[in-house]
Amino acid sequence: MTYQLICGAEIHIELGTKSKMFCGCKNDPFHAKKPNIYTCPVCLGLPGALPVPNKKAIEDCILIGLALGCKIASISKFDRKHYFYPDLPKGYQISQYDEPFCTAGNVDTSYGPVRITRVHLEEDTAKLQHATVDGQKVSLIDFNRSSVPLVEIVTEPDIKSPEQAKEFLKKIRDIVRSLGVADCDMEKGSMRLEANISLSKDGSLPNYKVEVKNINSFRYFANSLATEFLRHAEILDRGETPIQETRGYRADTNTTVSQRTKEDAADYRYFPDPDIPPIVISREWVEEIAKRLPELPSSKIDNLVAMGIGESAAKILVSNQAMINYIDRVKTLNQKYVQEAAKDIVNKKIDYLTVTPEAYIKSRESKSADMIFEPSLLTPIIEQVIAENPNVVADYKAGKIGVIGFFVGAVMKATHGKADPKITTKLLINHLI
Amino acid sequence: MLLDKSLNELLTGYRDKSISPVDVINEAYGQIEKYSKDLNTLITVRDKQDALRHLKTLDPHLPLYGLPYVLKDSYSTTELRTTCASKILDNYHPPYDATVHKKLKDAGAILIGKGNQDAWGHGASTENSDYGMGKNPWDSTRVVGGSSGGPAAAVATRMCAFAIGEDTGGSIRNPAAWNNISSLRVTYGRVSRYGCIAYASSMDTVGPFGKTVQDLATVLSVIAGPDKYDATSVAHEVPNYQNELQNTPKKLKIGIAPEMFGNKLDTEIAQNSKDFASKLVEMGHVLVDISLPVAEISVAAYYILAPSETSSNLGRYDGIRYGSSRDLFTQESMRRIMVGTYELSSGYYDAYYRKALKIRTLLINTFQKAFDKCDVILLPENPIMPPKLGDLISDPLANMLADLYNTSVSLIGSPSLVIQSGFHKNGLPIGVQLVGKKFSESLLLALGHSYQSSTDWHAKGPSL
Repeated sequence: MTYQLICGAEIHIELGTKSKMFCGCKNDPFHAKKPNIYTCPVCLGLPGALPVPNKKAIEDCILIGLALGCKIASISKFDRKHYFYPDLPKGYQISQYDEPFCTAGNVDTSYGPVRITRVHLEEDTAKLQHATVDGQKVSLIDFNRSSVPLVEIVTEPDIKSPEQAKEFLKKIRDIVRSLGVADCDMEKGSMRLEANISLSKDGSLPNYKVEVKNINSFRYFANSLATEFLRHAEILDRGETPIQETRGYRADTNTTVSQRTKEDAADYRYFPDPDIPPIVISREWVEEIAKRLPELPSSKIDNLVAMGIGESAAKILVSNQAMINYIDRVKTLNQKYVQEAAKDIVNKKIDYLTVTPEAYIKSRESKSADMIFEPSLLTPIIEQVIAENPNVVADYKAGKIGVIGFFVGAVMKATHGKADPKITTKLLINHLI
Repeated sequence: MLLDKSLNELLTGYRDKSISPVDVINEAYGQIEKYSKDLNTLITVRDKQDALRHLKTLDPHLPLYGLPYVLKDSYSTTELRTTCASKILDNYHPPYDATVHKKLKDAGAILIGKGNQDAWGHGASTENSDYGMGKNPWDSTRVVGGSSGGPAAAVATRMCAFAIGEDTGGSIRNPAAWNNISSLRVTYGRVSRYGCIAYASSMDTVGPFGKTVQDLATVLSVIAGPDKYDATSVAHEVPNYQNELQNTPKKLKIGIAPEMFGNKLDTEIAQNSKDFASKLVEMGHVLVDISLPVAEISVAAYYILAPSETSSNLGRYDGIRYGSSRDLFTQESMRRIMVGTYELSSGYYDAYYRKALKIRTLLINTFQKAFDKCDVILLPENPIMPPKLGDLISDPLANMLADLYNTSVSLIGSPSLVIQSGFHKNGLPIGVQLVGKKFSESLLLALGHSYQSSTDWHAKGPSL
């Protein structure tokens, strides 16, 4: 039996704001010299402390939404999501439930579009460390990460293959990085991934899904899809349905292990956080945020193509900001060398890191300064070439107009490549009529 | 007693040296020593020498210089442990000060004790305290009221010059009336909640207890205003409430809703409210009939929303962090946590929480309409006189109904002034509440002040 893989992704990204999500504490959990140095009553969840939302974090979340083509809500709010865990000091996480900042976006991949369900903002938890102190096994809690702003991007089940997943995730990372709001470091855990996976016989949405957590690289994400595909297919082949559950990915064995089944799924008892008034997002505010949008990779490619650069060259160029800067500089200096410069960079004819755009254009200009444009200088050569090749002239007159290239080549040879090809061609046609 | 004097009289006396703040503080500690243990008024008392040392460091020009005050034990204080009247926090010493405490300290006032209360604010009697049932100074066989019973009794017994309570569903108003003192539930957002241990966050308010309305104005001028640590505090201009008292309101339209004088109301209390209304007419104001048809279901809405929020707010006392087991929650708290958890559970949210939110909106609209017709709404404060100790605790529903006239005001976020309005034939005090539009504290205080200028109910204290 053949199956179609169906996958949706949940991506958590820690924002790089100066302060935390709901208090003034420094947001720098990865460089903190000691545990629990960036803490206060608010992020420790002490009795009586209150959250005050970080405006910059809200703007960064909306910026990500805009970059992913989302609709931005006009009114949004924060909700409390309840569960007990030692890394959650209030007994609830402040998140967004039914009115996220951003909804209904879209990201294109070469395998097809991936729709973005929502982009919302929440707070990160503290970090648990299991250690042995004085011979005793203990769990330690570091609150430096507690209440760091966390953006969650949720997709529709539009991912159909491990390859598409990889391309999509890389694209999300590149976009968010280009916005300058997060470093998206998978190794440190400032970008974290979860996959919702199921298999379909006919492309329709199946009645089960398996959530895979603990994925800390794009490759592992793709691997988890591949390994889950095989596991589900085997179960489905037996005529059974995989259990709806949460599984953890284990990189060492490239397998997934069951963590939690649906029966003990948590009831988060969401309700609007009464400590934070609803947030009104005016059109003007969104426009102000949108000004921070840099050019995104896809529109950069479009712009390059519009300059006359081939699409394949454009794709190579956008992968490297130095190349893009080079082309932009060439364009400013003299637009007519843009296409040539793009070709020369892509074909490695010039070293864009050592040859400055100015030097490059100078060399192009001096080359064209030697060109022979003058018809009076070219005409004798053209007449000579025609006289020496009567058979080819006959072919041309019989309708084989392609042979014009032969004459252009002959003129070039005679002038050591200095004849201007456009004028030469024009003169040749006149003489051959 | 020196502590019978108003805050202004004390402050003037301090400045012209006719009164010594040391004598006043000594007097307060004397009252605490005499009565606090028997009445279970204070949970924790500050060391007297520590308070006197603190006094020496203060600039006599500060607006509340040297005035001893009591905070409900729900406020985070670095000087004294903060228990919220629950053994769960028995040994909790906060590392930070609540904004209201910080503002009072900065204004020169001196914290001398933390008042008893129903644990976590769960109750209307101060019987649900892990530090002993609060007793009424007017009759120690009866409840003091609550949940801010301790701070109210502390003012009534002159253990302090003023006190700060916290009102969610009547917790400031109810004990004020049963202790014959004045109190103000402020507009939601008028005073910062930062550092006040949350009961039901969308209704919790921070407000003063005083011997008179004038004292309330003095304290409110210091504690009101926006706070960068409280996103629900409002940047509404803070007037000098004392000066505003001089703008005696004239020909106010006083709204009276017949629905609020139904058969659940003690007949003597009903008569007292009518007498109060007549006095207002005598003072030149006009009575207006209004209708508050949905007010009765406000208790139901309140007892869905408040437990829901409290079940969330108390989640952090998970038995690990503060060192005490969850078994130590009182029966009343467990009841509210269970009810709230149930109401927020998936599948029940729409049936309970969302419906209660709709009632809340309906109430806001209803009061809005009423306020189109009048300036102030007159309501009785309590439907009953303070019950005997143990009566409410064994009858949870009666405990809830004690909030009948309070919960609707809590749900709409309006300010409400409670003032002394007379005595029951059993000798116990009665109070009324004057409810205003949002941020109409100036008007309410000026009206209350002018009432107290021509009556002397407020001058009577309990015979201890």
